[in-house]
Amino acid sequence: MNATPLLSVRDLVVEFPTRRGTLRAIDKVSFDIAEGEVLGMVGESGAGKSLIGAAIIGLLEPPGRIAGGEIRLRGERIDTLAAEPMRRIRGKRIGMVFQDPLTSLNPLYTVAEQLIETIRTHISCSEREARERAVALLDRVGIPAAARRINDYPHHFSGGMRQRVVIALALAAEPDLVIADEPTTALDVSVQAQIIDVLKEICAERGASVMLITHDMGVIAETADRVAVLYAGRLAEIGPVRDVIQNAEHPYTRGLMGSIPTLTQTETRLVQIPGSMPRLDAIPPGCAFNPRCPQVMDRCRSDRPGLVQRGGRREVSCWLYEAAEKEARHG
Amino acid sequence: MVDTVLQVERLTRTFDVSKPWLNRVLERDEKQFLTAVDNVSFGIERGETFALVGESGSGKSTIAKLIVGLLKPTHGTIAFDGQPMSFESGAAMRNLRRRFQMIFQDPFASLNPRWRVGEIIAEPIRTFGLASGADVSREVARLLEVVGLSATDAGKFPHEFSGGQRQRIAIARALSSKPEFIVCDEPTSALDVSVQAQILNLMRDLQDEFGLTYLLISHDLSVVRHMANRIGVLYLGRIVEVADAKRLFTDPQHPYTRMLLDAVPDLALSGRRRTPVTGEIPNPINPPTGCTFHPRCPHVMDICKREAPPQTATATGAAACHLLTEPALPE
Repeated sequence: MNATPLLSVRDLVVEFPTRRGTLRAIDKVSFDIAEGEVLGMVGESGAGKSLIGAAIIGLLEPPGRIAGGEIRLRGERIDTLAAEPMRRIRGKRIGMVFQDPLTSLNPLYTVAEQLIETIRTHISCSEREARERAVALLDRVGIPAAARRINDYPHHFSGGMRQRVVIALALAAEPDLVIADEPTTALDVSVQAQIIDVLKEICAERGASVMLITHDMGVIAETADRVAVLYAGRLAEIGPVRDVIQNAEHPYTRGLMGSIPTLTQTETRLVQIPGSMPRLDAIPPGCAFNPRCPQVMDRCRSDRPGLVQRGGRREVSCWLYEAAEKEARHG
Repeated sequence: MVDTVLQVERLTRTFDVSKPWLNRVLERDEKQFLTAVDNVSFGIERGETFALVGESGSGKSTIAKLIVGLLKPTHGTIAFDGQPMSFESGAAMRNLRRRFQMIFQDPFASLNPRWRVGEIIAEPIRTFGLASGADVSREVARLLEVVGLSATDAGKFPHEFSGGQRQRIAIARALSSKPEFIVCDEPTSALDVSVQAQILNLMRDLQDEFGLTYLLISHDLSVVRHMANRIGVLYLGRIVEVADAKRLFTDPQHPYTRMLLDAVPDLALSGRRRTPVTGEIPNPINPPTGCTFHPRCPHVMDICKREAPPQTATATGAAACHLLTEPALPE
């Protein structure tokens, strides 16, 4: 496993300067995405999951800025690129799917015009070839009568169909990485399942890696190979989906998993984490989770835990495991 | 003896969605109607949680509004504790009004931002003359503590609270008129899962403490599974199946119920095989003929396209499907 990962994020820091001081929205987050891998990025509102996606594709809204760390795509730094080379990477090498399909589609152009423009911007081919590719793509993402419907405007499509068009658009230039930010949150559950399946299959076919940003652990469970859990702009835990879901190590992840009602459970009460996530201007010293943690120790209130390597490609940011690891080393 | 709190009989509500008169004349269009709720009947027993579950456009929120009197039914009757609800105000209606309350989805929209929390909770107490003078503020303080806030919060404004805390305030206000029955319209859809767990636990505690009856409206099957005793499944304004909660999840009778259950992401990672979901919800202005689910149904027969299926009794409820009246049931 020494191959260069497709995407490597190291100690990423995103800050927002405000009149009352600088807010650190992303605080030293590191992770890799391997070729062909689906990485889930999960967290509650305000945890910073969308900001990480925006930072990678260079679309942070000012005054937000990357204040530290580095982002590499196949070993090449992309966080320091100027606007124009970054624009060529977006779309060509990194595709994007957002929550609301209408923000990705221009209402004034037909789907054909938008797809053909995207294809011809990034791939040199004739208009006719581009159209053929576009129809094939639409057909692949499950739009019935694609050859006819390609001439429709976005408002002619239903919500689920629009999201399929956006997926086609994101994949039009055959990117290496697709960043999908809450791609199914606006959709009904029966449509959500279809969109997740399409996204997963089509990316697997083309060997594209996916970074799937969502608040829904169920979607992650169905889709991702690994999952990263964010809390207050920091990485709490990262590891293979099955391990994290069935045997969470960070107390926050455990609380989060226990608070999700499932179809099979019989308990009458859900596990509840007291309180709520701190605001960015009031992140406690030490571990950001310490005021809500049922297993808090003195050390958690003063020192911030680093990511501890655990077995099986898992990393956890918690003092509980630092201690265990030391004991194992000395004992 | 069954003690029915709410009895809904053949409830129907249509909305006029026609174009303006001049357009109709010029374009020779006819008037168009959308039947949001179509001949819906159900009863809710004292102390139980009855849930209505459905996707967008299924009419679940319209039913909630009809029950609390925010909309008038086109046909059908609603009886509360044996007394039919009239939609003209009067002393009897006013007395009935006190006994049911509603909690809305968006706690950012349902609380007046210019009022202090104390005033918001005190309003129903004063309106219904349940207390006066210093007793009002004592009652407000008690209610705030019942929902897990502090008595000193009465002097604050809604914007000083997080989403979960606001929903607690909305619950305190709903409780302030000492109701027996509360309509909860997507009470946790706007909240993060860890906060959702807090609110769902609170709703259960309050039900035990005050003997409340809930009508829970939700699109989230796992929330419904966790909270409800009985469940009604809505599709395009009609109830397709009613059953005990447990039974509905272990032995769904209607093909739509089965499809919905299959679409829920599988957090248990059981690797269960699922039937792929097909199609999307049709336009409710021109619903399909016969059984409105027939274009998406894997078991569709000729009769489904012609005739709307009647409600057929099942083990713990009823379902509207021609398969149930056919001699040979497919597995």
